[in-house]
Amino acid sequence: MRLVYLDNNATTRVDPEVVEAMAPYFTERYGNPSSMHQSGALAHKGVALAREQVAQFLGAHPDEIIFTSCGTESDNAAIHGVLNAYPDKRHFVTTRVEHPAVLNQIPYLKRKGYRVTELSVDRDGNLDLEELRASLTEDTALVSIMYANNETGVIFPMEEIAQVVKSRGIPLHTDAVQAAGKIPINLGKLPVDLLTFSGHKLHAPKGIGVLYQRRGTRLVPFMVGGHQEKGRRGGTENVPYIVALGKACELAQQHLGSSIRRMAELRDRLQQGILERIPNVIVNGANAPRTPNTLSCCFEYIEGESLLLLLNDLGICASSGSACTSGSLEPSHVLRAMGVPYTAAHGSIRFSLSRYTTEEEVDFVLEHLPGIVERLRAISPFWGREGAAFRRAV
Amino acid sequence: MWDYSEKVLEYFRNPRNVGVIEDADGVGEVGSLACGDALTLYIKVDENDRITDAKFQTFGCASAIASSSALTELIIGKTVDEALKVTNRDIADYLGGLPEEKMHCSVLGREALLAAIADYRGERRESIESPLVCECFGVNQEEIERAIRENGLTTREQVTHYTKAGGGCGKCHEKIEEILTRMCVEEERVPRPVRKPLTNLQKIKLVEEVIENQIRPELQKDGGDLELIDVDGNRVLISFRGLCANCPSAGITVKGIQDRLREAVAPELVVEEVPA
Repeated sequence: MRLVYLDNNATTRVDPEVVEAMAPYFTERYGNPSSMHQSGALAHKGVALAREQVAQFLGAHPDEIIFTSCGTESDNAAIHGVLNAYPDKRHFVTTRVEHPAVLNQIPYLKRKGYRVTELSVDRDGNLDLEELRASLTEDTALVSIMYANNETGVIFPMEEIAQVVKSRGIPLHTDAVQAAGKIPINLGKLPVDLLTFSGHKLHAPKGIGVLYQRRGTRLVPFMVGGHQEKGRRGGTENVPYIVALGKACELAQQHLGSSIRRMAELRDRLQQGILERIPNVIVNGANAPRTPNTLSCCFEYIEGESLLLLLNDLGICASSGSACTSGSLEPSHVLRAMGVPYTAAHGSIRFSLSRYTTEEEVDFVLEHLPGIVERLRAISPFWGREGAAFRRAV
Repeated sequence: MWDYSEKVLEYFRNPRNVGVIEDADGVGEVGSLACGDALTLYIKVDENDRITDAKFQTFGCASAIASSSALTELIIGKTVDEALKVTNRDIADYLGGLPEEKMHCSVLGREALLAAIADYRGERRESIESPLVCECFGVNQEEIERAIRENGLTTREQVTHYTKAGGGCGKCHEKIEEILTRMCVEEERVPRPVRKPLTNLQKIKLVEEVIENQIRPELQKDGGDLELIDVDGNRVLISFRGLCANCPSAGITVKGIQDRLREAVAPELVVEEVPA
């Protein structure tokens, strides 16, 4: 059976060029970069090149790049690193729609006595910069706001956020896991202090991440150990994956312009096609700036897990913010924060494209999705009863 | 991905008895769009009080759709009194088991059945009088008590898996704990203690007991049977007899038996079928 993989916000296929670049570091250049011999030197060179490639990709200096094991580690290192560097400041600002890597710090920080502000979003998923401005105080230790949302693709205005936060001299962290490779990032111009991203969303393997730390930003190391990463992150470097991430960044940069155009075109084709063929569909974040690859929509009166399983029967991979898929009983916190009614949130599906996605794959989805939605709606007790008229009345 | 049994997937992909009975004798509506699952059950009852037809419409996940469909198959042909004895566990067993977190789908079926029968009998359902416990998912005390009683639940997490109560804001956790404690006292049931590892002898005896008293009688009802061949560490070797011996769904049955033994004896048991 063919595979139509439209779940690239979950993870991506590793680029064959990336596999090729990393392979020798398993078998030939397997030394420890810290070792004083030629094997170590080769590994060290691989890491140094990767650091250059990542820095280049972000518009940063190589010494500002810290390699970590994943996005979640980078988020933890940034948040706890800054809070521990400013122990007298007890206020943390973030948003209600963050990834769990940031969101689930909140109960922990509250238990430790921190005051936490969770900024709200509007119906389109946009932040209110006035709310952000008003939340900042002398006591604010750190602001952490994601660059782009994993579920809806909604992009936050990072330049304006940085202006507001930096005008108060407060450290700013952004989780850019879903932004890297999908929108241009130039840290030479964008004054954030800390930025997280992850390899496997960018056609590198799982298990490698980056924390960008602007020169001069104070950070207490999260992972204490050896002198690796200039003492900022202990632990022997994951050389093959670091090399892979470097290569993936180089490729992402090369492809950026063309892949943004291409993904946006195909995403819009998918969105348009769905709206034309299927009634009672809500596109989440339709009126906000979005990453070019993400389409989140709610199919009213049916439930997301059912939809996913029937898509899967056809080889189509997508994801859902419905309660049932997560094992929790409540639908996605992002959609709830946007005020998407529960009645629609349970039927949410996210399609996320990559630079490998083809027009033919999008058309395959458009060919089969209407039938699947119809099939499930025919089973649903709410469909004929309330029908399209209900939606208009709301 | 959920670990759904083949039968759940089959009943999800090809649900039996979908639809509406226009001149139904009883209709049961439970759940809501906001809760994430909802089921409307229609029953047709003849003059001998026998259910001659049942149809359903469901909004929900795969296991909710499969449970609804299984329910209709379970009750068609039964008298109303017999149908009242169909529990949510019967629905889950019919499907070769449901993931624990999805047991509430089978409870949804049971609730719809009770509602449809009450409607048929022209009764006002007593549960409407019952105080609401979980506001997020609209679950009342009566529904929670029934799930506890019929499934032998002992923990708050189980109550959430079976009824959804407590799966939202968490405000009602204390109330659910109170109900659990009260019911344990009333039924002289002590909350199931944390399982101590069984000795080999205890394990074998318990396996034997569950097979003899619970599993074999059920198989025998369908003209089948099974023999316990050996218990080797955590491996339980069984062999089917009678109609079960060459049954193509023996794989499903093995999984069902394994689920039962895991629940009753030890979660690490593996059931294997060996040639007779």
